[in-house]
Amino acid sequence: MSEPLLEVKGLAKHFAVKRFGFVSGHVRAVDGVDFHLDAGETLAIVGESGCGKSTVGRLVLRLLEPTAGSVRFEGEDLLALPETEMRARRQRLQVIFQDPYASLNPRMTVGAMLGEPLMLHRLATTETERRARVGELLELVGLRPEHARRYPHEFSGGQRQRLAIARALAVEPRLIVADEAVSALDVSIQAQVINLMQSLQKRFGLAYIFISHDLAVVKHIADRIAVMYLGKIVETATTEDLFRNPRHPYTRALLAAVPQPDPTVVRERALLEGDLPSAMNPPSGCLFHTRCPFVRDACRRDVPVLTDGGASATQSGHATACPYWPEFPPAAALAQSMGQEQDRIRLARLQAAFVSQTEAS
Amino acid sequence: MSTTAIPLPAATAREESPGARAWRRLKRRKGAMVGLVVVVLFVLLAVFAPLIAPYDPTATSWSAVRKPPTWAHWMGTDEVGRDVLSRVIFGARASLSAGLVSVGIAVGLGVPLGLLSGYAGGWIDGVISRMVDAMLAIPFLILAITLAAFLGPSLSNAMIAIGVTATPVFVRLTRGQTIAAKVEDYVEAARAVGNPRLRIALRHILPNIVSPLLVQASLAIAGAIIAEAALSFLGLGQQPPAPSWGSMLNSAQRFLAQAPWMAFWPGFAIFLAVLSFNLLGDGLRDALDPKHR
Repeated sequence: MSEPLLEVKGLAKHFAVKRFGFVSGHVRAVDGVDFHLDAGETLAIVGESGCGKSTVGRLVLRLLEPTAGSVRFEGEDLLALPETEMRARRQRLQVIFQDPYASLNPRMTVGAMLGEPLMLHRLATTETERRARVGELLELVGLRPEHARRYPHEFSGGQRQRLAIARALAVEPRLIVADEAVSALDVSIQAQVINLMQSLQKRFGLAYIFISHDLAVVKHIADRIAVMYLGKIVETATTEDLFRNPRHPYTRALLAAVPQPDPTVVRERALLEGDLPSAMNPPSGCLFHTRCPFVRDACRRDVPVLTDGGASATQSGHATACPYWPEFPPAAALAQSMGQEQDRIRLARLQAAFVSQTEAS
Repeated sequence: MSTTAIPLPAATAREESPGARAWRRLKRRKGAMVGLVVVVLFVLLAVFAPLIAPYDPTATSWSAVRKPPTWAHWMGTDEVGRDVLSRVIFGARASLSAGLVSVGIAVGLGVPLGLLSGYAGGWIDGVISRMVDAMLAIPFLILAITLAAFLGPSLSNAMIAIGVTATPVFVRLTRGQTIAAKVEDYVEAARAVGNPRLRIALRHILPNIVSPLLVQASLAIAGAIIAEAALSFLGLGQQPPAPSWGSMLNSAQRFLAQAPWMAFWPGFAIFLAVLSFNLLGDGLRDALDPKHR
């Protein structure tokens, strides 16, 4: 087995909470996360807001310094690198942010913005070379080379996100962290951007960490999914496996919570009670026990481990942080409705929007 | 290419740089334009003073001591028979250069310190901020007078004193703006792309916080003109016989009852210059504020 492109072990980030200048507690935004990613693969990290999924993305990129854990990228521990070394490594890992209105410097022309990484990593030495490469990048994301003279405020949201993608691609990275990259866009633009990301992935062998709360989008783009709850991964599986056979009660609740466009579909509802507990003062035992419909006494005491039950070879690594999942009622019906009807309709609509646009050209 | 050739609706927005947009919006504001015109007039007056002034500003005449305004001396003459108009025109040089140079000093010191303080944070921020607090605890003029007295009376020392005294405001403003800007996604993106810290501060943060600094600078010029006048009035700025509006007021105060024109014109010049810079500053603030449409 060759080494994975990215291997994350025991990643943790605790933010100190200060009151009157004294540390009064820690928010465990991310608390012991392990995952790996192969070249050309897409891993989706899903979970509700505040579960730490964006923090994971920033930790992998070392935009935040982790409290503990290791991030091995191409066999090298990124966290051990001094700052200058890390800067050089940034050529290989890139990021696309959620809000394309905030992630582009309003005082820089598109040309300057896309030319900057080329200059920083010496990928284009002369001015003509740089301009040519910027033009290529713009065409790659479906914009025109003459757009290089413009400022970000002259573009629409979808176009801006294309610019953000172009900036990420400028340095020819191996891995792109897409932090809710399409959440701020409307559905037809989402389809365009996702299709663009997928075609670029095929062309350049990119690996994506796709951070999202939108399960329909995730199902379309991801090879594998990791479900996070309160800073921990509670379940990880291939996309197909997870949607067909969700094990962890939280995953089941997430899938059940996806809105259905068909009002006649009857399904299990109100699986989840209460709010997300505070990450400053997490529950004992299983973090999910305060909201779990299948809670039992042991859950309040024992901390569950993310495990695939020793069947990794056959089960293609479907791991769950709940030891009782085999005893729960089958979630087949639930997954069926989600996996088939609702999702198919939504995807069909997404793709229709995209196809009509390409055919128009 | 066919896989990625996704057509786009033609971009409709017009091409306009942020600077051009601000200028278009500034032009719509009457007060700001009046301020700008008067400022430009004063600058022209100062630059071409030898060509415009009817007399030598230091030439005395014992036959025309404290004469009220006449056709020969439009603004009258002072206690040693010097032409007040010529002195006001030449005085613009001292006042405007004091305004520009001292604000230049304040910006040159304050903005880098503020950027460092805001971007680095931690103990660096602590040290710089405490020093700024200490300086701001002393009233502006008192500190300027103390510094000027310490450095010795001359126009250039007065400029240094005013500049140093005006620095803390710029440090604080820049620091606050930097702290607000550094958590923006585009700064994070600049880091992700591999920019070194210095380049992030200068290329990504500074251009985005320039608007409030520009506004503050134009208002600070008005303050510096007043401070220069005050220092010259106290004899710590422009040295006689060279003219300055402040020192003219100083010599005029003894003759207020007999020769009010000696005080009126330099006072009016100060008023006009300060008002214009303030109007310009207010207009700039409105024109550069993205929330004003």
